[in-house]
Amino acid sequence: MQNIQGKVFKYPDNVDTDVIIPARYLNTPDANELALHCMEDIDRDFVKNVQKGDVIVAGWNFGCGSSREHAPLVIKTCGTGCVIAKSFARIFYRNAINIGLPILECEQAADEISASDTVEVNFDTGVITDVTTGKTYQAQPFPEFIQDIITSGGLMASLWKQKK
Amino acid sequence: MGMTMTQKILAAHAGLENVTAGQLIKARLDMVLGNDITTPVAVNEFKKAGFTEVFDKDKVAIVLDHFVPNKDIKAAEQSKTCREFACAHCISHFYDVGKMGIEHALLPEQGIVTAGDCVIGADSHTCTYGALGAFSTGVGSTDMAAGMATGECWFKVPSAIRFELKGKLPGGCSGKDVILTIIGMIGVDGALYKSMEFTGDGVASLSMDDRFTICNMAIEAGAKNGIFPVDDTAVDYIASVNSRLSGNKTGDYAVYEADTDAEYEKTIDIDLSAIVPTVACPHLPSNTRPASELKDIRIDQVVIGSCTNGRISDMKAAYDILNGKQVADGVRCIIIPATMKVLRECVERGWYTAFIDAGAVVSTPTCGPCLGGYLGILAAGERCVATTNRNFVGRMGHVDSEVYLASPAIAAASAITGYITAP
Repeated sequence: MQNIQGKVFKYPDNVDTDVIIPARYLNTPDANELALHCMEDIDRDFVKNVQKGDVIVAGWNFGCGSSREHAPLVIKTCGTGCVIAKSFARIFYRNAINIGLPILECEQAADEISASDTVEVNFDTGVITDVTTGKTYQAQPFPEFIQDIITSGGLMASLWKQKK
Repeated sequence: MGMTMTQKILAAHAGLENVTAGQLIKARLDMVLGNDITTPVAVNEFKKAGFTEVFDKDKVAIVLDHFVPNKDIKAAEQSKTCREFACAHCISHFYDVGKMGIEHALLPEQGIVTAGDCVIGADSHTCTYGALGAFSTGVGSTDMAAGMATGECWFKVPSAIRFELKGKLPGGCSGKDVILTIIGMIGVDGALYKSMEFTGDGVASLSMDDRFTICNMAIEAGAKNGIFPVDDTAVDYIASVNSRLSGNKTGDYAVYEADTDAEYEKTIDIDLSAIVPTVACPHLPSNTRPASELKDIRIDQVVIGSCTNGRISDMKAAYDILNGKQVADGVRCIIIPATMKVLRECVERGWYTAFIDAGAVVSTPTCGPCLGGYLGILAAGERCVATTNRNFVGRMGHVDSEVYLASPAIAAASAITGYITAP
């Protein structure tokens, strides 16, 4: 996977799927249309300010609540390169992997990295570098089984490959 | 080492003698579920990947429940996508307006899920069916698409927290007060990735509806699933559903029991007799307080319904309190029976009329306001007592509105006084 570098948007514990993409917009499956409302109920300016490769850094239990896959999908569609959190809610974790949104668990990085810092992520090694402060952090690598899904291009692509 | 009840079901569905916590497995699925919000995304993934057939037309359930009868043109398009897919693949368990109910009330009622099943659903509250002694968990749309295509799903075998229930609930308390109390104790990620296994002598005193409510909100503690043992109450429920629906699959349910030497991360004792009417204040389901401490909180709306509390016993709890009384001035009371069967029973028993006479409105089944979809959206600054399952920021409308989660009894009592009120 390719490294990414971007600016940090920082959020607290328990960021739920209702604030990531409010259900009032779920009357369409269109990712581009949905992405216009990404993080709307927690940060109205996110969509305006996010650039390709930017990084969301958050606390415990990121993505809790609904099973809506629209949540990782809008984060990815906005151009976000990676979400770093202390932990992820389990359905969000599955969904992110299944649709190819890179996510990393790292408690120390989530504590120490500040909003607007520039961060670089090396997905092969799991090393997170805060370019602004010069500090580095080691995230948990994915289990091999999950790496296979990601390198295949998501769950459906990996299943199709197995079928053939 | 022994296995938990959840681990036993997963092992059986993975074709393995034994599984241990943390192990990655592929399990055979007895049912794959989706709704009108998550199915269109799954249909798109299913087609995009090149699949043309579902693994078993009798093991896919598609229920239109979130935005139906359709709230707007876009919602109508999503329902249409579901309808066309269900028709093209001859899906046996497709539920449209007139037959539908809120999925997690409907599937058990229709005998589509039963004890011993392994179920995934593209809806987080799929964990509800643990009440029947099934392993069931919420997933996303891509997992639903993969499940429909292959009949399998990958899982990391969960560890478990055991909740040892003893005693009996006092009057005025229900399964909702139990699960809110537990979430208040352990937090919204207190059971993250884990099973919540409910055992102990106290289980026998809980009705099936109480158990559905408790398992329904396991996800609100971050759990992968919640599960109850299959006791006489569960067997009677399954039998009653089965006798009503001849030729249904619930005839062949399977009972799994945790091994005596099963390993649990911890055991938490819950004395049911000490439970009090409980409310989760904004903006987390873990932010719980006794209802009696909140009597100064003025409310604008009450919602009684949802996959958590829209079943017949919930309607009865509302009726028992609202019958012959009046909803307070300035309060809108919205009652939403979860399925057509529940709605019909409300009509037959005269409860529907009693609700109207009390000044409430009654809707056909829908998830509607629970997720801020439609039919009871809150304005800035408004407060609602709801029997639903989430009170996150903006969940039922404006970001500056507030949702207080509670039982149907608290909700109904609050509708009459206009303030949060213990029954």
